Amino acid sequence: MTELQDVAGEEGRFTVTLAKQPRYVDASKCTGCGDCARACPVSTADVFNLGLNDCKAIFRAYPQAIPGAYGIKKFDRAPCVRACPANINAQGYIQLIKAGKYREALRLIMERLPLPGTLGRICPHPCESSCRRQEIDESISICALKRFVADQVDWDTLPVPEIEKRDEEVAIIGSGPGGLSCAYHLALLGYRPVIFEAAAEPGGWLRYGVPEYRLPRKVLQREIDYIRRLGVDIRCNSPITPDRTVGDLIIRDGYPAVFISVGCQESVHIRVPGIETEGVLWAADYLKEVATTGIAPTAGKKVAVIGGGNVGIDAARIAIRKGASQVTIVCLEDRDEMPASPWELAETEKEGIEIRHRWGVKQILPNGGKVKGVWLKKVAQVFDEQGHFAPKYFEDQLETLDAEIVIMSIGQRSSNLRFLTVADGIELTPRGLIKADPETLATTRKGVFAGGDVVTGPYMAIAAIADGREAAISIDRYLRGADQREGRQFPLRPLTAGKWNPLPKNNAPRPRASIPTLPIEEWRQGFQEICLGLDPETAQAEAGRCINCGVCSECMECVAACLPQAVDHRQTPETKELEVGSIVLATGFRPFDPKVLGTYLYGSHPNVVTTLEFERFLSPGGPFQGHVKRLSDDREPQKIAWILCVGSRSSREGANAYCSSVCCMASLKQALIAREHIGPQLETTIFFMDMRTPRKDFEKYYQRVKGQGVRLIRSRIHSVAAPGKNGDLQISYIGEAGEPLAETFDMVVLATGMEISPGTQELAEKLGVELSRHKFVEHSCFEPVSTSRSGIYACGVLTGPKDIPQSVREGSAAAAAATRNLAEARGSLLKKKVYPPEQDFLGEEPRIGVFICNCGINIGGVADVPAVAEYARSIANVAYVQENLFSCSEDAQNQMIDMIREHQLNRVVVAACSPTTHQPIFQDMLRNAGLNKYLFEMANIRNQCTWVHQYNRDAATRKCMDLVNMAVAKARLLQQLEYLSVGVTHQALVVGGGVSGMTTALALADQGYEVNLAESSDRLGGHALKLHTTWRGEQVHPHLHELIRRVQDHDRIQVHFEATVQEAGGAVGNFTSHLSNGALIRHGVVVLATGAEPYRPLGQYLYRENPNVFLSLDMDREIATNSRRLKNARAAAFIQCVGSRIPERPYCSRVCCTSSVDNALKFKEINPEMDVYILYRDMRTYGEREYLYQQALQKGVIFIRYQLEDLPRVTEANGRIRIRVTDHILQRPLDLTVDLLTLASAIVPRDNTHLAEMYKVALNEEGFFSEAHAKIRPVDCATNGIFLAGLCHNPKPLEDSVRLGLAAAARAATILSKDYLELEAHVARPVDENCDGCAFCVDGCPFQAITLLEYVKEGQVKKTVEIDETLCKGCGSCMATCPKQGINVAGFSLPQIGAQVEAALGLI
Amino acid sequence: MSKALDQGQKQGAVMVVGGGIAGMQAALDAANSGFYVHLVEKGSSIGGVMAQIDKTFPTNDCAM
Repeated sequence: MTELQDVAGEEGRFTVTLAKQPRYVDASKCTGCGDCARACPVSTADVFNLGLNDCKAIFRAYPQAIPGAYGIKKFDRAPCVRACPANINAQGYIQLIKAGKYREALRLIMERLPLPGTLGRICPHPCESSCRRQEIDESISICALKRFVADQVDWDTLPVPEIEKRDEEVAIIGSGPGGLSCAYHLALLGYRPVIFEAAAEPGGWLRYGVPEYRLPRKVLQREIDYIRRLGVDIRCNSPITPDRTVGDLIIRDGYPAVFISVGCQESVHIRVPGIETEGVLWAADYLKEVATTGIAPTAGKKVAVIGGGNVGIDAARIAIRKGASQVTIVCLEDRDEMPASPWELAETEKEGIEIRHRWGVKQILPNGGKVKGVWLKKVAQVFDEQGHFAPKYFEDQLETLDAEIVIMSIGQRSSNLRFLTVADGIELTPRGLIKADPETLATTRKGVFAGGDVVTGPYMAIAAIADGREAAISIDRYLRGADQREGRQFPLRPLTAGKWNPLPKNNAPRPRASIPTLPIEEWRQGFQEICLGLDPETAQAEAGRCINCGVCSECMECVAACLPQAVDHRQTPETKELEVGSIVLATGFRPFDPKVLGTYLYGSHPNVVTTLEFERFLSPGGPFQGHVKRLSDDREPQKIAWILCVGSRSSREGANAYCSSVCCMASLKQALIAREHIGPQLETTIFFMDMRTPRKDFEKYYQRVKGQGVRLIRSRIHSVAAPGKNGDLQISYIGEAGEPLAETFDMVVLATGMEISPGTQELAEKLGVELSRHKFVEHSCFEPVSTSRSGIYACGVLTGPKDIPQSVREGSAAAAAATRNLAEARGSLLKKKVYPPEQDFLGEEPRIGVFICNCGINIGGVADVPAVAEYARSIANVAYVQENLFSCSEDAQNQMIDMIREHQLNRVVVAACSPTTHQPIFQDMLRNAGLNKYLFEMANIRNQCTWVHQYNRDAATRKCMDLVNMAVAKARLLQQLEYLSVGVTHQALVVGGGVSGMTTALALADQGYEVNLAESSDRLGGHALKLHTTWRGEQVHPHLHELIRRVQDHDRIQVHFEATVQEAGGAVGNFTSHLSNGALIRHGVVVLATGAEPYRPLGQYLYRENPNVFLSLDMDREIATNSRRLKNARAAAFIQCVGSRIPERPYCSRVCCTSSVDNALKFKEINPEMDVYILYRDMRTYGEREYLYQQALQKGVIFIRYQLEDLPRVTEANGRIRIRVTDHILQRPLDLTVDLLTLASAIVPRDNTHLAEMYKVALNEEGFFSEAHAKIRPVDCATNGIFLAGLCHNPKPLEDSVRLGLAAAARAATILSKDYLELEAHVARPVDENCDGCAFCVDGCPFQAITLLEYVKEGQVKKTVEIDETLCKGCGSCMATCPKQGINVAGFSLPQIGAQVEAALGLI
Repeated sequence: MSKALDQGQKQGAVMVVGGGIAGMQAALDAANSGFYVHLVEKGSSIGGVMAQIDKTFPTNDCAM
């Protein structure tokens, strides 16, 4: 979760700035049980599975992820949340509604809003206006969902939270939304709020202004009643008067704080002629009167309502319900300019109320002191050019409207604030509103706060509610004496551009739920509520439309679900500074996005996927559990095509010119594995340009894939199209002879290459690390992991496209380079752990402690753990049994230590999860408790029991008991074992003095280790002596000679010339080798760097028969000396794969394509007129080398492809060389006559048999040394302490030899840096009295750890075996082969295993 | 500043940026040879792209 921000300083002492993003889960507490993800209602694209499926907002990338803690994906808070003045968590409660968790949804709403049913009916919902769903269709019906939730619960029984009460009373003036909200939030904080309300009943405008058909009074009442249940004292008929001023409340009555929220309940009065006439009413008064008395003065009358706001609309609709004979609304604005909410307007029109737009009042027309009509004037403009309200009229366009009652509704203002006295000290604004801090709501009088319309002017109720909550927080801080702003999270406000969840891929329009209403004809008949609310099914479906803009909705279900209390939503981003000596950049790559190229239909057709996506299809842990299917119809494809070089080796806009190096092999592998998944009938076709399989064992793999029927088509792709609607795809391509072809497939996989992300490019720029033209880190062939900034190193794909083993090797190489200059600080920052002394229990009865884990609900939710514990107590020798919620948690570990001591336990069984992951943790706990770590046994009752038998609880419980019994049976027989270790000789032997051997030697010597370097010839340098330039154009000799000089001058390197290893013995940490020069060397590690040789094609292609036929290395020298025959040559040719990629040498020599192309370019430089031909099979200029190939094509080098079955024929002709080759395009023989011929011959291994035998390392079929593991241990040999460098491992170019040389040094240093090596005590032990020396075990040991020996016992020669504990891996092969029980693996002896078996069979 | 003093100030710690296969290997080797390593990873777990791969060539081993 951390990124590098900046680096200051220099090598040896950098100061690094890191930015850490919150995980929102405390990784040290999280046990990875996954309960949180099951509770999380938010689904989001699973990034690990490349969006092919969904995961939860709280997730773990994959089950084996390290760390295994979950994390929360959280973006900016959703626009709906930010648009709400009160920041009500709309996304959160919508998600909870979706999951059917209505109570939880209501709880979430009520964290900020005490009146959910009320606001769910009357709120103008700015949240909906900002909803991003509108980019697809319509906004979510957020307001109606809120109402839905509020209507789902019984408010009379809604529980009141337990609150710790405080003594302070707080006075609140006004019981409208602001006052109620403030009282509610203060009550939740423990205060005793007292509301002073002037009216007879609480609710303010909600009760006296909002008509009942929009807000039934019982809804308001139940919510006010709930607020009262929290301990809020609402005192009605209690106005603030001169007898009880604000000052009195504070000074006389002792309220330490006051909140004023009296709203704006008075109509704005305007002056027009006749306004004083009887029959002119003010809307606010009118609404209040009807609400209070139920009697309307408008009954039976013709009514004109002046004003197009919501209040005017309310007045008109009430009038018509109260029996007005006719109601007309007159407003200045056009329909779409009116301030009234559009949905209210629509309802009004449906009720048959006429609205006359663009008219203003000129005069009220009286008749006998009473209103008889309104004289209207036509509106010329409502707003000026700046959009300000500035009405103008046509004074000559007049009309009369008959009316007996005129209701004026042109705005509202604050109630008469006469109750405030000068002595109160509360300042007002010029508009006559209370002046308050916009954030804290503090007025000019200390301890007095104000909010709602009385501060802002008329605005929506939800804003007053927001103010009420803010005021409560301010009052709390005020009363606690805390700072008003420190650490305070003020409400979030809308963002213009936030970081939000992208719109979903499947964004088919789903219109919003329509809200049912009363039949229209019933609307006018009374005050029954018009909107009827959603039913649960519709509500859940509507909630399901939410696109989760913030990803995590902060619904807090994860917090509730997490038993170890690891979830922490309060975490914030952190910045951290660290001091380090050096830096290694390994930021990797991003896969090329083929959407950039429209021709492949990627992104628009579901059956076109990338290779990485196809990996997820194939993975059993992937989105489809390893089932390959077409996303269009879920059908298993029967015909799949792979297209190589998508976005690589291309000059197209947005694509990359280089070769990505891995896609050929990845596609071959996928073709093979796909057949394993689907069946042998699967047709697999690979469209490629050149098949590039140049690394170790790749060519053999390629041949194997070809042999299994994968079709390979050398081609150029024109396009992918989907001509029909059945999901099939047609690939149009150009065949090898230039013919246009097309074929149809079920599915297409695009082999997309690698590229460096823009973020990494920016980082490199910030750090001052130069990048190549292809944006990889620029480096030299001699320092392949160094960057342009000293002390900063790079490895992996960042330095160029490469596969896994190359990345691993380069990682090791970077470690060597990055630690080399810090050698004197080695070990300075490491801490060593100290354990208490271990008690000796020899001869004591076993006292076994059994700890049974619930693993949250992973085990306890399936098996009856208390029953298992009860059972365990009944087993013999069990002295103590305990259940743990999470045995791996830190507190459980500490408690187990206490119990071990308290009950004097001498064996421990933990019944929990997998020993593979958790055994080391528990063994460490044993050591901390003073027990030998081998007195431990684990029963895996989770992975092997409750996870696989979750639907059979009884059987799972019984199996748990059996597993515990088995573990106890073995534990009874456990013995404490001695910790084994072996000292390390801090010296290295490097065999071979070429570039890689010297590189290793120097790197180790710089680290402070003594190095013996054995070189078989009389000089250092190896093959590099014959190289002149690298493919990057660097001169080899200056670097090489500097390297030789440093090796020879180094104090800690002793070079042995003309020396080979004669005899060797020992094992990791302590080898002994005899060199042919008589030296006897003791060393802790061996690095084999014996190099290789060029293949000499005697009898082929006139080699050594014609002086103008060269091997590549010889041609290098020819170019370096700029020979006369080179200058005079008119034509030259190269033949590739001479001795490589043939049945007897089935590997690619890797360097030859680049070398020939490079030399061809040099020929063209010497003589641009020279005809240069390269006869090749596949052009393998991998990685950034592709650039050279492209250059050669541009410079006119002619490339002719030949087939293995039809080799070129070379003859002499008139002093020149004639080559006959079949042209691959024309399919006809072609004769070339050249002056020079270069044979790109294979690299062949030396005879390594003797070395391999002496050091017990393996050779592959071709005679190169074998590494321990092709992918993850590519530098080590299977035998510990032996490492490989250079060409003896496989053909490779100079820079790879340097890489491997450094890598071998890094690997060797992991041993040489230690004083001793800890060995596993679970190794084989001979039982001398049983062993008769038959030596079956000696042959059976895969690690050659056993030797046969004889000694004299009681005068007789006794044969027995001896184990080298440094070599033994405890695999047990010896035990299985021994007919006499003469050998045992400690901790797995026959009696121990036998006891387990007996326990399993129920015998004990 | 004398050279000795300058050298005495060197930090025995390495920062590795990126927890993919290359970064992890660099971190392991540096740590196992006596240096304190800060491994910095942008994502929620280490493993990089290799963790997303099903099987690896040329041995067809599981990438996990």
